[in-house]
Amino acid sequence: MNTMLTEEGTFSDAHPLLPTRQQVAGFGFYLYLLSDGILFASLFAAFAVLRGATDGGPQIQSLFELKNAYIETVALLTSSFTCGMAMIAADRRRRIKAQLLFLATVLLGLAFLNIEVHELFKLSASGATFSSSAAMTAFFTLVGTHGLHVTVGLIWLLISMAQIHFKGITDGVFRRLICFSLFWHVLDIVWIAVFTFVYLVGAAP
Amino acid sequence: MFGKLTLHDIPFDQPIIMGTCLVLIIAIAGIVAYLTVARKWAWLWKEWLTTVDHKRVGIMYCLLAAVMLLRGFSDAIMMRSQLALASHDHPGFLPPEHYDQVFSAHGTIMIFFMAMPFVVGLMNFVVPLQIGARDVAFPVMNAVSFWLTAAGALLINLSLGIGEFARTGWLAYPPLSELAYSPGVGVDYYLWALQISGVGTLLSGINLVTTILKKRAPGMRMMTMPVFTWTALASNILIIASFPVLTATLGMLILDRYLGGHFFTNDGGGNPMMFINLIWTWGHPEVYILVLPPFGVFSEVMATFSGKPLFGYRSMVVATMVITLMAFTTWVHHFFTMGSGADVNAFFGITTMLIAIPTGVKVFNWLFTMYGGRLVYSSPVLWTIGFMVTFTIGGMTGVLMAVPPVDFALHNSLFLIAHFHNVVIGAVVFGCFAGFTYWFPKAFGFSLDERLGKSAFWCWFAGFYLAFMPLYALGLMGMTRRLNHYDNPAWTPYLLVAWSGAMLILVGIILQIAQLIISIRTRSRRRVKADPWNGRTLEWAISSPPPVYNFATLPMVDRIDPYWSAKVNGTPLMSYASEEIELPKNSSLGFLMAFFAVLGGFGMIWHAWWAAVVSLIAITALMARESWDEDDSYTVSPEPARSTR
Repeated sequence: MNTMLTEEGTFSDAHPLLPTRQQVAGFGFYLYLLSDGILFASLFAAFAVLRGATDGGPQIQSLFELKNAYIETVALLTSSFTCGMAMIAADRRRRIKAQLLFLATVLLGLAFLNIEVHELFKLSASGATFSSSAAMTAFFTLVGTHGLHVTVGLIWLLISMAQIHFKGITDGVFRRLICFSLFWHVLDIVWIAVFTFVYLVGAAP
Repeated sequence: MFGKLTLHDIPFDQPIIMGTCLVLIIAIAGIVAYLTVARKWAWLWKEWLTTVDHKRVGIMYCLLAAVMLLRGFSDAIMMRSQLALASHDHPGFLPPEHYDQVFSAHGTIMIFFMAMPFVVGLMNFVVPLQIGARDVAFPVMNAVSFWLTAAGALLINLSLGIGEFARTGWLAYPPLSELAYSPGVGVDYYLWALQISGVGTLLSGINLVTTILKKRAPGMRMMTMPVFTWTALASNILIIASFPVLTATLGMLILDRYLGGHFFTNDGGGNPMMFINLIWTWGHPEVYILVLPPFGVFSEVMATFSGKPLFGYRSMVVATMVITLMAFTTWVHHFFTMGSGADVNAFFGITTMLIAIPTGVKVFNWLFTMYGGRLVYSSPVLWTIGFMVTFTIGGMTGVLMAVPPVDFALHNSLFLIAHFHNVVIGAVVFGCFAGFTYWFPKAFGFSLDERLGKSAFWCWFAGFYLAFMPLYALGLMGMTRRLNHYDNPAWTPYLLVAWSGAMLILVGIILQIAQLIISIRTRSRRRVKADPWNGRTLEWAISSPPPVYNFATLPMVDRIDPYWSAKVNGTPLMSYASEEIELPKNSSLGFLMAFFAVLGGFGMIWHAWWAAVVSLIAITALMARESWDEDDSYTVSPEPARSTR
């Protein structure tokens, strides 16, 4: 480091040692995502503790169909792929391409939410409601919190798309898009955990 | 329109509450009148309410903490007075339902709205200065954090005059806190106040970790960071890792209460013990969130006033990080009596004892820092020495209770109350006061009156022992916590001594208020230069108070205590050339978000759903607007920024 020291004891290089605003924002948002992971870990723990506590009701794995959960998974994972492609386009400042790929992300996200909400309502209508038992409360809360995150993500993405439309892909817009895409990919990872521990492990004999 | 809220919810028949509310209303009216007459509203809005300067945000945090200390301490005085009176036929002056709210509010306010804001405020003010940064990583989010904390504090204080507060103790254990046993709004006040301020704390944790890891002055490696910054890093890592658990746990209780869930209910297969496990998974790290930054304060104070480098810097850092990790391995010791079995209890008993080892390392480091130095007995040093004695005693009673069979005998007794006040007052409160006195001249450019500061210390120190040593004895004699009446005459003398201790602490607090007022009035005589204490770290290299951009040229750091080295060698601080200084613009986001958070929280508490919906939409719109505007910074030229020595 001393090689950079000039004779007057000052450093003249234009801040090579200081991170850019984008790096700082990305790092901070990454920390937020870690904390969000711990929030989900608490909900997973609660589900693990309570999944057998059905209060005389049917076992939780007998309640839902794997097929729909599988379609949900495909929709969400594909939306992560289109989001990634959109980010590559945005990085090259290709506005139209980015917008179209983000639109695909929105549609796939909506498809996911549509199936999920439909499933949860169907469960409730069949008598297995949020307040039927501790197991159902934990199930609805875990799946619902993920769904709430997806909803927030979609609102965020729509606002970002409006910003791309009106402002173009400025440094600020791109910085927030990076945070959004991190958020969207993490929701994917969380969903994979939900799919595995709630649906697949539940369905195993 | 107002949901469940009617005029009957205002306790007109309670003279104590109504008197307090009247005083508060008069005080607020007085402040409003002053601001109007002095035409200070614009100044208040521009300089404070919308500021994003980390120094001012830090000062506002400390101010909030000081006000909440008065509130929490009034609760303490009421409890001690009640117990000094209420034996045999005398019912005391607090009916049980009021007394239960008082002890719940005391714990909640002291931890969440006194200790937390004080510690976060000190970190906010000091950390960017110590690492040679111009601000925190996310200045607007910093203001949002503060205002959300203030929103939570406001909600909890609204419960005083509108409705009621929880009667469940400061952690609101279910099933007592479930709708079946607490149908009122008290627990809802508790839940929403903590959820809102908890989000603020989490954001503040993310902000400070990013600041410390990404915004250090050029050349400052991790192992050349000041120890206070290290402890702040540890504390904020713990915030990020543990506060989501609090949010999730309280969220589950909210779902139980609002939507008929069965997480923690007695019926429906709910598991109340899961709440206790989850809440202490947050709660034990929280202890270290609060205590580690004061450890950092003591380290800075000891090194500065001994005129020596801190003894064992590396071991101090290692001890801090070991405590950070081990903070997550001891939570079960809060409920050994749950009956997890001998093996589980033994494991957590041993981990609890192990965590005393790194803590002991720290105590020896402070002792060896003093050894061979020329200790100046200033008031920060008095708080530090008072801490070392008090905290060691508290730590030893903690190790005693870490033995599960002993804990079975002492669980929920006053021995426990004495123990945790012994460590929390001895370390957190004394540490906050030490830090407050130590950095006050840096924040305001004048020093606090030392004579009154020392008198306040002695009152607090002696008052603490008088107030809490009798509780150890009472605990061993079988007195449990949260009693509002007793009929064992043997306890009375001890409770009277405890009351006199609380009174002595009151004298200490009055002396502190006098110290503040007198110091402000005589400030023209007490002006200080950049470095009043002969300090070692970077914050003492810039003027007091620091300019808005902190450092005209960013310092260049290649060792521990760079400012001390520069002074000893008679050389200027190495600096890092920069042409322009970019600063964040003021933002009303935090204040407005807090406004809607209070409205929404109040709506949820009283089931006025429209208010919650309106607030949610408003907060979303505010965030969208904030992200739309990219013109969020301005530049100043460094010319007027010559640092003064």
